Amino acid sequence: MYGFLVRRLIQSVILLKCVLVFVFLLLHLSGDPARVMLPDDATEEDIAQLRNEMGLDKPLFTQYVIYFKGALRGDFGESFGHGESAFKIVLEHMPATIQLASAAFIFSIIIGLPIGCIAAIKENTFYDQGVMAIAVLGQAIPDFWLGLMMILFFSVHLQWLPPFGYDQWVHLIMPMFTAAMFHTARLARLMRSEMLEVLRQDYIVTARSKGVSEFSVVFSHAMKNSSIPIVTVLGIDLALTLGGTVITETVFAWPGVGRLTVEAIHERDFPIVQAAVFLLASIFVMVNLIVDILYVYLDPRIEYK
Amino acid sequence: MNEKVLETEVDDEMPSNKGSRLLESLKTNPFAIVGVSILLVVLICALFSPWLAPIDPHEQILNRAMKPPMYEQDGKVFYLGTDHLGRDLLSRVIYGARVSLIVGISATVIAGSIGLFLGLISGYYGGITDYILMRMVDFVLSFPFILLALATIAILHPSLWLIVVLIAFRQWTIYARIVRGNVLAIRESEYVTSTRASGGSNFRIIFKHILPNVLSPIIVIASLYLGRLIVIESGLSFLGLGVPPPTPTWGGLLAEGRSYLYVSWWIVTFPGLAITITVLGANLVGDWLRNVLDPRLRAR
Repeated sequence: MYGFLVRRLIQSVILLKCVLVFVFLLLHLSGDPARVMLPDDATEEDIAQLRNEMGLDKPLFTQYVIYFKGALRGDFGESFGHGESAFKIVLEHMPATIQLASAAFIFSIIIGLPIGCIAAIKENTFYDQGVMAIAVLGQAIPDFWLGLMMILFFSVHLQWLPPFGYDQWVHLIMPMFTAAMFHTARLARLMRSEMLEVLRQDYIVTARSKGVSEFSVVFSHAMKNSSIPIVTVLGIDLALTLGGTVITETVFAWPGVGRLTVEAIHERDFPIVQAAVFLLASIFVMVNLIVDILYVYLDPRIEYK
Repeated sequence: MNEKVLETEVDDEMPSNKGSRLLESLKTNPFAIVGVSILLVVLICALFSPWLAPIDPHEQILNRAMKPPMYEQDGKVFYLGTDHLGRDLLSRVIYGARVSLIVGISATVIAGSIGLFLGLISGYYGGITDYILMRMVDFVLSFPFILLALATIAILHPSLWLIVVLIAFRQWTIYARIVRGNVLAIRESEYVTSTRASGGSNFRIIFKHILPNVLSPIIVIASLYLGRLIVIESGLSFLGLGVPPPTPTWGGLLAEGRSYLYVSWWIVTFPGLAITITVLGANLVGDWLRNVLDPRLRAR
């Protein structure tokens, strides 16, 4: 277990270093980073000045060492648009992203798992077929369209919910539902298929024939064994939700890192892009690490060689 | 999680039997019929858009801008209405199918071919080759794809083929991992060991004996992921980082219509509906193929 932990930690550190290298090289692969960062109508003097300010006239390896040392301190340079530390701006937007992602994640668990579980218990009934039809549809609807349709219906026509905003809890409802839809549908389908598989096992038949109540069969016998693949998917979903709120944030003008990144891309504010990609990638890698550890803890039979 | 090997059983069924089994199951599965029909309609729209589109999708006439569905002008009917520049929405939706299918199919073919080849090599030879390739797979899968795609597109400028390459870069890992799992099981089977004993070369064993047996999971995974790829492409277009205008894309149409959401509901409604129906069709076909060809993948 400890060997596995150490190996996974080293792997995660290497991955993060690769993310840094990737973000650094990407700007250089495009040719002259100073030209990429400045508007198309920038003069040669502007380009030369920026090149000098950024140290782009130094050898590539020296540039990388300077960049790497800065990144370790959270220094990705100053944002062109905001005139402040890019990393600080990204950090300021992080709570909104975490709020949205965690709300969507919790929503998908609270809704997805029970409806999948009930569908398995009521296999081939009207409930089962209805829920699964909605789940199949839920996996097909793209989040950006779902968000727009919700604004159209609940904000424009019914005027029940505000389309944009961040200050009150009602502002969270539509973005949360939009970000959670795909994961909820997937979780419900997976939970159903895992439960069905477990419910057909011999030990469940034995428990039933011994007169164990249906509640106990489902919740203390079947649930435990169907939780392992679910935990894996939940871990992947948490990481994906955190990195994937970009579109939901853009649709609802949610002031998170995703929207900040998209705006920075359009404004060619690369220090912000670099800081945001690095921060979200770090969270993504860390969540994956925690899930892997949790996975071994839940099922010690799994051998990581 | 990253190190799980997909257990597989050797599939000895002849390809012709699979074909007839697929056809038989199609006849009795209404969802599969719906899925196949949807994909066929989208494919026809993409292939024959110049003939099917009633009006030139680029024709801009401002005095007919933002007209609702079934609007008529100069003897022409605008069945789905017009956008903010007076362009026919139906024609643009029909043309939009092209980009979605080109990206979806091209990325699937490229990723499938690379993943198939590397999965075969990795599973058959094992050892250090397998170790390096599987660490590469873990590595690519550990990257937050959307963010890195956004960063790459921002710097290298959006284009159709950049999007295809980015998606394929991520997708090959899924194929490689599943093919490798299958090959691990097949390479120990009797017919492979007997071919090896009778002097069959590695090339012959891999491509003549193992390859036909790993095609089923490849087809299943390709169909299951096609819908997701279409959503990814549309999402990038929606964020303004997809195929640049004036080429009509479903995501691009949605992004344009977003500014007029309060006054012209149809501009965002119909392109989104087109994406949803196409993805639904792809998912239904994927579910059907999985159930018939590879039921062991059901929980994925």
